[in-house]
Amino acid sequence: MPQHVMIVGGGVGGTIVANLLARHLEPIDATVTLIESTGKHAYMPGWLYLPFNHEGLESDQIIRDERGLLNRRVQHIRGTVSDIDTQNRELHVHYSPGLDEIAGTGGAVEATYGYDYLVLATGARLAPEDLSGLSEANGNGGWHHFYSAEAALQLRHALQGFEGGRIVITVGGIPYRCPPAPLEFTFLLDEWLAKHDLRSKTEIQYLFPLPRVFPIESVAEVVTPLLEERHIGYTVFFNAETVDTEKKIISSLEGEEIPYDLLVLVPPHRGARLIEDAGLGDEQGWIPTDRNTLEVKGHQHVYALGDATDLPVSKSGSAAHFEAKIVAARILAAIRGEEPKPDEATYDGEVMCFLETGYNKATQLVFNYEHPPRPPRPSLYYHMEKQLFNRAYWHIVPQGLV
Amino acid sequence: MPDLKEITIDKEIDARGSFCPGPLMELIRGMKALPVGGVLAVLSGDPGSAKDIPAWIQKARHEFIGTFPEQGYTRFVARKTH
Repeated sequence: MPQHVMIVGGGVGGTIVANLLARHLEPIDATVTLIESTGKHAYMPGWLYLPFNHEGLESDQIIRDERGLLNRRVQHIRGTVSDIDTQNRELHVHYSPGLDEIAGTGGAVEATYGYDYLVLATGARLAPEDLSGLSEANGNGGWHHFYSAEAALQLRHALQGFEGGRIVITVGGIPYRCPPAPLEFTFLLDEWLAKHDLRSKTEIQYLFPLPRVFPIESVAEVVTPLLEERHIGYTVFFNAETVDTEKKIISSLEGEEIPYDLLVLVPPHRGARLIEDAGLGDEQGWIPTDRNTLEVKGHQHVYALGDATDLPVSKSGSAAHFEAKIVAARILAAIRGEEPKPDEATYDGEVMCFLETGYNKATQLVFNYEHPPRPPRPSLYYHMEKQLFNRAYWHIVPQGLV
Repeated sequence: MPDLKEITIDKEIDARGSFCPGPLMELIRGMKALPVGGVLAVLSGDPGSAKDIPAWIQKARHEFIGTFPEQGYTRFVARKTH
């Protein structure tokens, strides 16, 4: 009897696990099924550049069909998981409209799938309602972010109409996806404003909740002088508490009020609603996960990875990428009745990412649970490497080739 | 520093083993949820907390009650004043 592996989520983590398993297992040994709701795979790091470039929402650098990225042995189901029953090892799925024509569900709109192994790659969701004043839609006249392609284009539009004033950049809560992103945005904004003759008319203020401008001290030591060099103001210990989009003032828990002309705020994040509904998350919806095996605590043969976990690593495609290989190795070993090899099947908190510092320069962060990053001096080299990665991503990462 | 035994702690958060975002964010989250006048304790194993936590309490104008070393970790205690 083949074993059934169900993977929920079609982001970088879920897609790599599905492809690695499908490549290394014969159908007689296991079926690999990936369930996700949109049929699309987004390259989220590309959103950072959208406010400053000319790419459209449908650009193939930003979004592609998920099916085209999956090994043909992976069964791809477009649908929404409405419930996870870990007692009976079942998923309840509502099919997305149109699936019948593609996959032939016989007209059914929902189904129950049993599993032997479950992988939760359910990601994070934006929860602007967690910050007072933000629940009223972003966009024109309110506030901005670049944590979706649509929002990033609205921000592009706002920048094109910007004539000078104070731009405030901050985060609505911690954790959020891609810790360097708001700093990268700030550096790219500084460059963009200079190129559009607006820098001398603009004050940039970067606000951050922690006692430094980046969670990790060694990185803060590299970027703080850069902020100072570029005359970018920063305030630390600023925990956003309310935003008044009418008066254009952001207030902190620490009692500071900062007026702005344009606000770019990374929305508060939470785990997927499905995880909260299934009772598998903590109070913010993150899944309690073993930091080395990536098994969901208290649930055998259920794994979590990427943004969905409560692990103390950055919520990033990079972490999901490293974790996916661990999850796949553990499931492969279990299906083959072998002991997992510790060097291939233990996550040590590894993350590798870039931090764009503007003017065609970037630095690189490589770290794990034990070793903080030691970022090199920002240079053209790392910027080019990042640009190359943005292009190469589609051909090597989802397939699990690197 | 007052004697720990004489302090009534309303809520205690165990933030040991939490490095990112870390014990400071747990304390900030706890303070947000606490009623004014309440006393919060946070347990931290991160050496950085000795500097970060009192600095934040001062910046946020709450009352720092004290730092109490335990075996392998430290208990930080503060009162929410506004």
